[in-house]
Amino acid sequence: MKKLIDYTKILRSKNAGPLYITFDLIFETCEEMQYVAERLTKEAVSKAYDVDESKIDIIIYAVVDSIKITFPRKNISGALSDNDIYGCQQHIPLANIEI
Amino acid sequence: MKIVALNGLLGYGYSEESLDIAFSEKVDYLGVDAGSTDPGPFYLGSGKSFTARSAVKRDLSIALPKALAHKAPFIIGTAGGAGSERHVAWVREIIEEIAKEQNLHFKLGTVLSDVSKEYVLEKLDAGKIKNMSDEMPLERAAVEESSCIVSQIGIAPIIELLGQGADVILCGRACDTAIYAAPCVYNGYDEGLAFHMAKIMECGAMCSEPVAAADVMQAYIYDDYFELRPANPIRKCTVERVAAHTLYEQTNPYLIFEPDGVCDLTNSEFEQADERTVRVRNSKFREAEVKTLKLEGVKCSGYRTICPATVYDPETIARIDEIIATVTDFVHENTHGRLPDGSYTVTFKTSGGKDSSLGIVIDVVGKTQDIADEVCALVRSRMLHCDYDGRKSTAGNLAFPFSPSDIHVGEVYEFSVFHLAEVDSLLETAKISLEEI
Repeated sequence: MKKLIDYTKILRSKNAGPLYITFDLIFETCEEMQYVAERLTKEAVSKAYDVDESKIDIIIYAVVDSIKITFPRKNISGALSDNDIYGCQQHIPLANIEI
Repeated sequence: MKIVALNGLLGYGYSEESLDIAFSEKVDYLGVDAGSTDPGPFYLGSGKSFTARSAVKRDLSIALPKALAHKAPFIIGTAGGAGSERHVAWVREIIEEIAKEQNLHFKLGTVLSDVSKEYVLEKLDAGKIKNMSDEMPLERAAVEESSCIVSQIGIAPIIELLGQGADVILCGRACDTAIYAAPCVYNGYDEGLAFHMAKIMECGAMCSEPVAAADVMQAYIYDDYFELRPANPIRKCTVERVAAHTLYEQTNPYLIFEPDGVCDLTNSEFEQADERTVRVRNSKFREAEVKTLKLEGVKCSGYRTICPATVYDPETIARIDEIIATVTDFVHENTHGRLPDGSYTVTFKTSGGKDSSLGIVIDVVGKTQDIADEVCALVRSRMLHCDYDGRKSTAGNLAFPFSPSDIHVGEVYEFSVFHLAEVDSLLETAKISLEEI
């Protein structure tokens, strides 16, 4: 089975302000974007990051064949327990989700 | 009307040639963003900048005389990286130094946007504070512990200073968009177009190919559309890059939230106007019934000492949880009754370990630097020599890359306030002044 990262041209994570983490998945084609959009569930994201499904937003941004995923950071940026101030290395659990 | 963005962040540099190209046509306004919360809470707390003074001076000393010579008001947002009064003073001193060196004279407008704890507590009591995330409700204690709180101003204070004839506008904490949207709204252009354009411009040439935060960007705003074209001829704007830019660092690619309302990009249309230029239409602004300002505050959580180390022995790596537990118990017992309860926090920041070496940073935050030093030394020495069943590498568990092994990091800040305040006026937190330099 292929992993999410295998479908994407760009897959990145970044803070959207210190309280939120956001993931951008950009695809080569609209078809690939739709294929993934139909199969990527909040449940899978919830499991990968141990975050409540109700707090996860998955938004299709078809203008550039992309999907955005956003949820609140558990450790806000710069908290003593935080390991990634900019949040730009948090994409791997998402990348490994099987599609 | 033509607006130019110096780059994505003051102090990151830009090509002087690009700026010359931008100024080969009439420029109405020049702007630059100088701050971000990306680097975390430290900078707001410490009053320091995450950019180097000499780099900020270099960027300003080329741009300032050019803007003045062309009578293009120069708007600087979030001075000094975090935009508190201290940060504004830091940039102001650099500007005054340049003015003296180059014999420049101009009207300098300043917007300070610090707020007092009392202001925030009054808002809290009046039910006028909104959480930005459920993970961070606002409590009185968090406000009271804060050492610095700023408000993120929108376009209103900048428009006020443009009206007063400021040549240079130095802002404290400001929305990135305010820098570029304010002159457009001041001149009567559509707010939807103004904010969308501003959201893209605030990152400099990040929306171009090849991508660069450290280069000059140009925007042209008209009644029904705006256009973006990088100044540097090696770069071009493409529909894909410009459209994709609204994904970046935003919670929602369709909505840009502003103090005045929301900019809705659901129906925005992007068009390749020529090889290097993208044209955008139909971005719509909806004014909010209740206006809000974002508040950002930090508290000092103590003083940090860290010790980085590596474990290569797979047996030791396999036992790391057990070792950490032993060390934690030991340190607790050793300091109990001697150091006040809660006077330090130890965090083991590990990485790797599976099929490779394990990196560890022993991270100690103490109420004083002495406490942090002492606890870090205890943790480090106990961890180095911690025994476990079947241990063969009895000389030590940790490889230290440095001598001294322990590093003073100094004061530690954490975000204490990151909330929206409902306001009666978008000018209510702004301290505006205008003076001759």
